[in-house]
Amino acid sequence: MDVLIRGGRIVDPSQAVDEVGDLWVRDDVVAQVTPARPAPEGRRGLLVIDATGQVVCPGLIDVHCHLRDPGQEEKETIATGTRAAARGGFTSLCCMANTVPPVDSRAVVEYIQRAAAADGTARVYPLATVTRGMAGQELTEMADLAEAGAVAFSDDGKPVIDSGVMRHALEYSRMIERPIMVHEEDPALSAGGLMNEGPVATRLGLKGWPGVAEEVMIARDLAICAVTHGRLHLAHVTTAAGVEIIRRARERGVEFTAETTPHHLTLTDEWVAGWRPNGQIASPYDTATKVNPPLRTDADREALVAAVRDGVLDLIGTDHAPHGEVDKLCEYGAAAFGISGLETALAALLGLVHHGDFGLSLLIRRLTAEPARAFGLPGGTLKPGAPADVCVFDPDASWTVDPRRFASKGKNTPLAGVTLRGVVTATLVGGRLVHLHEERRSMTTGEGVPAA
Amino acid sequence: MSDRVILTGTDLRRALARIAHEIVERNHGVEGLVLLGMRTRGAPLAQRLAATLQELEQRAVPRGELDITLYRDDLARRRLQPQIGPSDVPVSLSDRTVVLVDDVIFTGRSVRAALDAIMDFGRPASVQLAVLVDRGHRELPIRPDYVGKNVPTALDEEVKVRLEETDGVDDVVIRRP
Amino acid sequence: MDRKDVLDLDDFSPDEIALVLDTAEAMREVLSRPIRRVPPLRGKTIVNLFYEASTRTRISFELAAKNLSADVVNVSASGSSVEKGESLVDTIRTLQALGADVVVIRHPQAGAPYLVAPHLRGSVVNAGDGCHAHPTQALLDLFTIRRKFGRINGLTVVIVGDILYSRVARSNVWGLARMGARVILCGPPTLMPDFGVNGHRAGLPPVEVCYDLDRCVKRADVVMALRIQRERQSGGLLPSLREYVKLYQVNAERVGQARPGALVMHPGPMNEGIEIAPDVARGSHSVIEEQVTNGVATRMALLYLLAGERSGLAVA
Repeated sequence: MDVLIRGGRIVDPSQAVDEVGDLWVRDDVVAQVTPARPAPEGRRGLLVIDATGQVVCPGLIDVHCHLRDPGQEEKETIATGTRAAARGGFTSLCCMANTVPPVDSRAVVEYIQRAAAADGTARVYPLATVTRGMAGQELTEMADLAEAGAVAFSDDGKPVIDSGVMRHALEYSRMIERPIMVHEEDPALSAGGLMNEGPVATRLGLKGWPGVAEEVMIARDLAICAVTHGRLHLAHVTTAAGVEIIRRARERGVEFTAETTPHHLTLTDEWVAGWRPNGQIASPYDTATKVNPPLRTDADREALVAAVRDGVLDLIGTDHAPHGEVDKLCEYGAAAFGISGLETALAALLGLVHHGDFGLSLLIRRLTAEPARAFGLPGGTLKPGAPADVCVFDPDASWTVDPRRFASKGKNTPLAGVTLRGVVTATLVGGRLVHLHEERRSMTTGEGVPAA
Repeated sequence: MSDRVILTGTDLRRALARIAHEIVERNHGVEGLVLLGMRTRGAPLAQRLAATLQELEQRAVPRGELDITLYRDDLARRRLQPQIGPSDVPVSLSDRTVVLVDDVIFTGRSVRAALDAIMDFGRPASVQLAVLVDRGHRELPIRPDYVGKNVPTALDEEVKVRLEETDGVDDVVIRRP
Repeated sequence: MDRKDVLDLDDFSPDEIALVLDTAEAMREVLSRPIRRVPPLRGKTIVNLFYEASTRTRISFELAAKNLSADVVNVSASGSSVEKGESLVDTIRTLQALGADVVVIRHPQAGAPYLVAPHLRGSVVNAGDGCHAHPTQALLDLFTIRRKFGRINGLTVVIVGDILYSRVARSNVWGLARMGARVILCGPPTLMPDFGVNGHRAGLPPVEVCYDLDRCVKRADVVMALRIQRERQSGGLLPSLREYVKLYQVNAERVGQARPGALVMHPGPMNEGIEIAPDVARGSHSVIEEQVTNGVATRMALLYLLAGERSGLAVA
């Protein structure tokens, strides 16, 4: 099956490409990019996708998402999560290890791989935990797990509290050559916190989760990284002060990677109080705004945007965290933490591009080439011979978020009812069309068009 | 909208004087009486009556004011709720003769509400009703004991009593829509 | 009153607050009668849904409802709704099906009343949600102050104690600011929340923060003492209750430094000898008992305005 994606603006930061052209796919890999030409007439065995006026880029790579499978299939499964990913333009997912049971043994790694091969719509790369049972005490058999296919290690959901354990994990990571992804939170400072500590929390009477709880751990782990030269990846950085610590560590030459999320780049703690764009007001205490680390102040948000632009933060990961109604339709204090973000990530981030905060090519780089580099993954590029993982999107089309239409089981998004600009119209994995937007069926002609 | 004066200031004051005499006559004096004015305009009327009774009998007659808003039975017709205020009943009503005073009696429902309020203050020996104007159209079996003037009206007309204390002038007008 | 629910004072205009206080004045008179009962809520059902143990507030609401001739049902649910098995939303839906006209809810979690209000056709009254708000307490405090001074505008109110965990403080900040009073919050820094620069960023009214009670009490027309819970000491927020008493107890000496005619208030229940000295609690400046009576009147006013049969400008 060959595919021609014609007439789109091809943006491939890995090759510094940004031009209108035709992308040819043969035998599941990218064949070549040519200048735009008129569509060929009914060639057999060719699927033609008309991408005029749209952007064509490498399939997005999410290094941070929770698929809840095994153990919490009522919230999400590998099948539903990867379908959601495809709708969001993501062709590769690194799924987090805090499943039930956690991914701390070979058997669970292999289960995930089998499920992904059988039912997955996107590529799935499992993470394994740093410590057994995520108890923060004993390291897992990282070499064995890496051999089984774990691409990185993380106790995400929880911090590694013991500095000694953290040091050993980073030292070990040098040998296994996999990143240790850390969730930065000092529980003594964050204990019981439900939202960002500050005037909004004061007004709402909610216990605060102060930025300093994140910053002390970032500082600690960067210091340990500097000494051990381990492979450190900082998950979901959310504060301006945290960005400063990271910036100075880079200036000192410490090597590590760091990420932030679409929601921390676009939302603030005021959303918990009911603030919405365009002067609208929603009811306060919407549990869809409850996330860990919490939404921070606008000053923090702006610092994160600048850091993404400058490269102080390498990449953006969604931290997709689906939950069922029973975990979210309750009091704010009782609700689970997490935002279902795969299907809104690109559109939300495009808002920053539309606003002029950074360019489209830079954004795509942070979602493709950088994640591939940080985690040593294939993909993130459209160079000839690369797997044909492609995302096609219309950067200007407006749509209103309706979580009931999500492919993800997780309908928990604060963006419900919000209008975004940017629609993923088609996604290919290995040259196969795995997602075609229901309102864009006319984009495709020729063979291989999936049934409606 | 047109207003027609049916009682001038002089007519009004004469009617009140006559009512005062009738109260004295019927009750053989003013012993054991309490005047209760129904807000809003019943209150200044009760005040005037109390002053006249005091002149006639050389005795002070206790006087109070009743806010009946909390006892009304009207269904919602408008969104606005009238402001409720405290009643002021300075003496016990038990075993006394209460003379309820209001400016206009119409359907009788306000008087019914006032009777409920009075019962919550105690058990009077009897209750009599004095009104300046009876405009007809009763919906309950309630009749005044003392009437200033009987004025037949149409349902869509309004009877407005104006008093110096509240409106700067004494008169009664019928307002046609 | 043009609202369905009373969840917090932050969305009350000064006119609305004045309406409640004026109506409470009338209700106060009803409470002085031999028969303290009026009929406007006859046939209405008021449910007290209390997820936190409370005696005074629950009884106050119950009496308020009964004085208006309403039927009252008390539901006390201990522990979190999740422990009980039935979710808060399901509980409200059940109450709706049972015919509740008003649900008065007290809950240990901030925001709980906001979760349930959309699911009830009738009115939701917040009787205290976690550390967030206690609007009826603030209304009765405003009523008490207005009765004593004839006004609220221009007065200085010092609220002293554990501000961080206090819903009474938060609601009073809103109410007092709306009515034109100046608010000074006093307490140890570990128990003082972040109000932001000038308190404006989150839309909070401007407040003055002071750690030295002896200094700010001199400007006080009202001193409002808040309860200190013993857990604050074991939680590490206070070195000891003894130190708290020394620095922040509302005692006779400090009250003597306040402005002439100053009031001493407390939302109750009191820890006499801790946040307030026993002689001050019973002294001539104290209006604490009046607050309790005013509480019934204020809650009667609120229930009447929310659920009372609306009377039009009816015919006589």
